Amino acid sequence: MKLFTTLLAATAIVGAAGMASAQANPAVIFDLGGKFDKSFNESSYMGAERFREETGIDYAEFELQSDAQREQALRRFAQQGANPVVVAGFSNATAMNTVAQEFPDTNFVIIDMVVDQPNVRSVVFSEHEGSYLVGILAAMASKTGTVSFVGGMDIPLIRKFSCGYVQGARSVNPDIGFIQNMTGTDGSAWNNPVKGGELTMAQIDAGSDVVFAAAGSTGLGVLQAAADADILGIGVDADQNYLHPGNMLTSMMKRVDVAVYNAFSDVNNGTFTPGIQVLGLAEDGVGYALDEYNEDLITDEMKAAVEAARAGIISGDIMVHDYMSDNTCPEE
Amino acid sequence: MELLQLMDSALRLATPLLLAALAGLFSERSGIFDIGLEGKMLAGAFAAGAFATFAGDPSYIGEYWSVPIGLGLTDPLKIPLGSWGVWSVWIGLGAAIIVSIILAMIHAFASITLRGNQLISGVAINFFASGTTVLVAKQWFAMGGNTPSLDGSQRFSTITLPGAEAAADIPVIGPIYEGLISGHNIIVYAALAAVPLSWWVLFRTRFGLRLRAVGENPGAVDTAGISVVKLRYSAVLIAGLLCGISGAYLSLGTSAPGFSPEMSAQRGFIALAALIFAKWSPKGVLGAALLFGFLEAIGNKYQSIDIGAFVIPVQFMQALPYILTVVILAGFIGKAIPPKAGGEPYVKER
Repeated sequence: MKLFTTLLAATAIVGAAGMASAQANPAVIFDLGGKFDKSFNESSYMGAERFREETGIDYAEFELQSDAQREQALRRFAQQGANPVVVAGFSNATAMNTVAQEFPDTNFVIIDMVVDQPNVRSVVFSEHEGSYLVGILAAMASKTGTVSFVGGMDIPLIRKFSCGYVQGARSVNPDIGFIQNMTGTDGSAWNNPVKGGELTMAQIDAGSDVVFAAAGSTGLGVLQAAADADILGIGVDADQNYLHPGNMLTSMMKRVDVAVYNAFSDVNNGTFTPGIQVLGLAEDGVGYALDEYNEDLITDEMKAAVEAARAGIISGDIMVHDYMSDNTCPEE
Repeated sequence: MELLQLMDSALRLATPLLLAALAGLFSERSGIFDIGLEGKMLAGAFAAGAFATFAGDPSYIGEYWSVPIGLGLTDPLKIPLGSWGVWSVWIGLGAAIIVSIILAMIHAFASITLRGNQLISGVAINFFASGTTVLVAKQWFAMGGNTPSLDGSQRFSTITLPGAEAAADIPVIGPIYEGLISGHNIIVYAALAAVPLSWWVLFRTRFGLRLRAVGENPGAVDTAGISVVKLRYSAVLIAGLLCGISGAYLSLGTSAPGFSPEMSAQRGFIALAALIFAKWSPKGVLGAALLFGFLEAIGNKYQSIDIGAFVIPVQFMQALPYILTVVILAGFIGKAIPPKAGGEPYVKER
């Protein structure tokens, strides 16, 4: 009798699992920075949480601890029948390219990188457009006529931020000075706040009074140095304005949460489409942060200029050059 | 003016190298190789960031400073906070020193008492620190391995030396005094003061003489009736102390607002290179640390240097400390001779 009950229960579970596969059974993988990194990964967590709150459907999650786990984690979720499997971070492209071929019936989503497989959606952001907007704000806020940029690892993606930023600044003031520094050429460049601070101080010495940090944890050192020297900093990815109220001009927001939420709900609604999805200003995928911490720093004039530029970019009147399209930047 | 700014930056960048290299100096002069400078710095940086947070932000864990040593099995240790907030930076520094000394003692136990391989023990400490700091940081703060941002009394503030403002107008000396010498935090001055102090301890005291002797010929020291083990333990203890200060400087005394994973960024190894470059002398350590700091400052300020004929890429500047060390080791500029008994565990009778 007892065995029978167990069997019955097992059938019920199998049945329930079978039912569930009709709707989304989402899984999300967080990249090395960890789930609560106040930035990229936390943003994808927020998107997944929003989906759970709205639909009541739970999701599976995994925090990567090392590079070796990338492929394992993807494969494990696919084997368990997760759909879609979402992962944020350009470093996962190779692993996803392999695993996506092994599981052609599973939908995969990669954020920040393009993987060309029929069951993969690649979400990329138009960081150059968002950076253009903060560049406008930087140029209008600068009193010294010099603005600067500190990047993390020297990769085309980060140059894309920098290139959009300088284009935005030059659109306000064609003669504005621009200083750009990259922290390094390997992964440690994301985790070197001491050097980030030193780079910022060197830029301040050279006349900059607005610095844009796109450098992970290194950026925390950049923004701290800016606050210590009482100049303006610009945050990245998430809204970082709360870090140093009064010394944070704005943040260039990248809505990873939107990408994750869309992926989950598209599968849930049966409207999932593979291929490249570009989230730009028009899709609210990128933008600048305006909240109670920086509202005193953004004047009406600045707001008008940046909104005009946003409308111009969306309508196509303003073309912002994308560094990654040809690996060059029109402005130096 | 640009040169002054460069030297100012060099001084800040040299400070952690200087402290760590002096730590290595004490340890290696006593015959204990210390690859673990990096790990001790990192662990110190984390302890400093974490405990400065606890002390400076009572709202963080309530009215009590609750140390979760029980790991959920027993109630956490509760220490009332009172008005410790103003001392938080010093509590952070103290925690850094304690943690770094604990790691140093593990290294000492493995390599002196157990006569293990000193390089392996040092490498183990580096790995241990790199993993544990992130693990504990995630457990305590859930911020992806970072500690919360520190401000105010949780960080070392810069000190304006007396008369700096007034002296600024004096030609030549004024700007140097105001722009270069004044306006650093206390750790920078402490690190500079540690150089003559180390020289005095090592070369002008009985303890120093014995410490150096034990690194060259421990048998002779033992014959004279002096404990080799005790001397080596004290040397490694001093190394732990200095590494702890160096780590605390990273998270509390620079632009970094607290600890972030792997923030030591190989500085422990550059410090080792500086120590070899300095041929194991305190004076040399000062020079080497300042030189390496200066090279880094140049690399930060001018990312690619255009000298007309061709452009020197920034990577070359970053590699220069290591290139110089190899050049020294290869014997092109003088010879770097390490303490004779370095790396050898002392066995009383074979």
